[in-house]
Amino acid sequence: MAIAVRQTTGVRRATRWFSGPGQREALWGVLCVLPAILGFVLWYLGPMVASLVLAFTDYQVAGGANWVGLDNFQTMFGSDRLFVKALQVTVTYSLLSVPLRVIVAFLLAMLLNQRLRALPLFRAIFYLPSIVPLIASSVVWLWMFNPDFGLLNGFLRDLGLDKQRWTYSSDTVLPSLVLMSLWDIGPMMIIFLAGLQGVPRHLYDAVSVDGGNAWNRFLTVTVPMTTPTILFNLVLSVIAAFQTFVQAFIMTDGGPNNNSLFYGFYLYRKAFEEGDMGYASALGWVLFVIIAALSVIIFRTSNRWVYYEGGA
Amino acid sequence: MAAVTHAVPGGARRRTAQRIVGRTLLYLLAISGSAILLLPQIWMLRSSLMDINQIFIYPPTWIPKPWQFQNYPDVFDTVPFLRYFRNTMTILIPSVIGTVVTSSLAAYGFSRLRWPGRDLVFGILMTTLMLPYAVTLIPTFLVWSKLGLVNTFWPLIVPSWFGGHIFFIFLLRQFFRGIPRDLDEAALIDGANPLRILWDIVLPLSRPALISVVIFSSLSTWNDFLHPLIYLNDDRKFTLALGLAQFRGLYNSEWHLLMAASMLVVAPVLLLFVVAQRYFVEGIALTGIKG
Repeated sequence: MAIAVRQTTGVRRATRWFSGPGQREALWGVLCVLPAILGFVLWYLGPMVASLVLAFTDYQVAGGANWVGLDNFQTMFGSDRLFVKALQVTVTYSLLSVPLRVIVAFLLAMLLNQRLRALPLFRAIFYLPSIVPLIASSVVWLWMFNPDFGLLNGFLRDLGLDKQRWTYSSDTVLPSLVLMSLWDIGPMMIIFLAGLQGVPRHLYDAVSVDGGNAWNRFLTVTVPMTTPTILFNLVLSVIAAFQTFVQAFIMTDGGPNNNSLFYGFYLYRKAFEEGDMGYASALGWVLFVIIAALSVIIFRTSNRWVYYEGGA
Repeated sequence: MAAVTHAVPGGARRRTAQRIVGRTLLYLLAISGSAILLLPQIWMLRSSLMDINQIFIYPPTWIPKPWQFQNYPDVFDTVPFLRYFRNTMTILIPSVIGTVVTSSLAAYGFSRLRWPGRDLVFGILMTTLMLPYAVTLIPTFLVWSKLGLVNTFWPLIVPSWFGGHIFFIFLLRQFFRGIPRDLDEAALIDGANPLRILWDIVLPLSRPALISVVIFSSLSTWNDFLHPLIYLNDDRKFTLALGLAQFRGLYNSEWHLLMAASMLVVAPVLLLFVVAQRYFVEGIALTGIKG
């Protein structure tokens, strides 16, 4: 029955594209998406190609451009210590921040999925940090991290612990920024919550009937059934972590000792402070290749751990 | 058999006791989680109402004494926040209109009109979700500067009139796909203008999704820092986000004023959130459902 219906619509589609009303529909369809396609060409595809070309030049804001072949990439991997540093900082931050963010968001979503009273209130409070403009949260976290008068050292004192220098010391700057990144996980949490609410009740009942406890239910139903959501959140937060910028700009200026020299911030400096557009474009492409490779790796391995209902 | 019947009441009682303990624990977790997540906001508010002496007391105290409301007028005296607000809105309003118009058109074309290659094209546009700004920022900037439009609002507005962010098209497309087809199908076969159908049938049914798009695109302009930073260098043109960053640079240690300035940037967003909370949540949830 279903197949028959699909076939007829398929035939109808094919004929409609080439005749009267179908052609009109197709024409309108293309017209409607035209601005978006133009936007894609003008702000994504075009610039991507252009920055690939620029990456092989020494284009300076003050002055012209010369073709320099692979020079930019040779400098990067050969002698540019700051490039290596930026890569280290960004990878370390992402490795710490992404898994923790995903786990905390997942746990908060599970908490909200427990049919609590005042659920909308809790949901709103958990979500709230992520709407605070990053610039404002960077300023307030910097003040909380203040070694002399900050809130966090106040807490440590209450607990009888020593003062920390947080973002003001090269050892603790990255862990501090990771801590801050656990604060604004609202959207991820909401997406997890939607995923959790989509888990069919009868699966939980099945585990309970078999004598399973809450932990069994979590491991055999909750986690497997939400793996598609985990994948989605994982990919998006890896991409976001690799593009961290505002924290470095507002809070640390890349320091101390370049220990928070995020890749995006280094690129910004090269492009807009030093005017070295060619080199910065090469930096951009390297970042793009890294992110693309990571996404491919995550997606490739995902068929081993992501469960799609219906075996798709 | 007898042993089993005896065991049931005791087990049931134990289970109720367990349930109560479990529930209490959950509420404790939820409340302490809320407290932790609200802390930075409360800290910001608290610091914005203290005078310079009290702010530099260690260990920090929570209640301002005296309440220094004067910090807020002082912010307006030191930095032209009203102008920054006006600039931000001058960018925000046309950007949001452009995003709503062009992203709903695109979402309509990608969900309810049929044309060859439609889903492939949509898939290609979706890849931009994963594209780092690092790889497009520089050429885009160079073109705007060749056009002599750096230090104007154009580079910050125009992209919104070309579909805006793919996220919004995706969100609306998800919603449009959920609307029953029979209505517009019939109208389409009768030869109705597709734009009429969008306007008369699809959009009125999509109010919640449209409101989500308005909210999220407003927020993304309001919160944007990198683009204004690159494109605006005359401080008469600054947005609120840039103004706050400038303030942070100028008054490095006057935390009470800095916190008051931050409050001024955050407050409208919080207000919007309180009024329209469900559209935030529903909009996000919509994009998480696999399509």
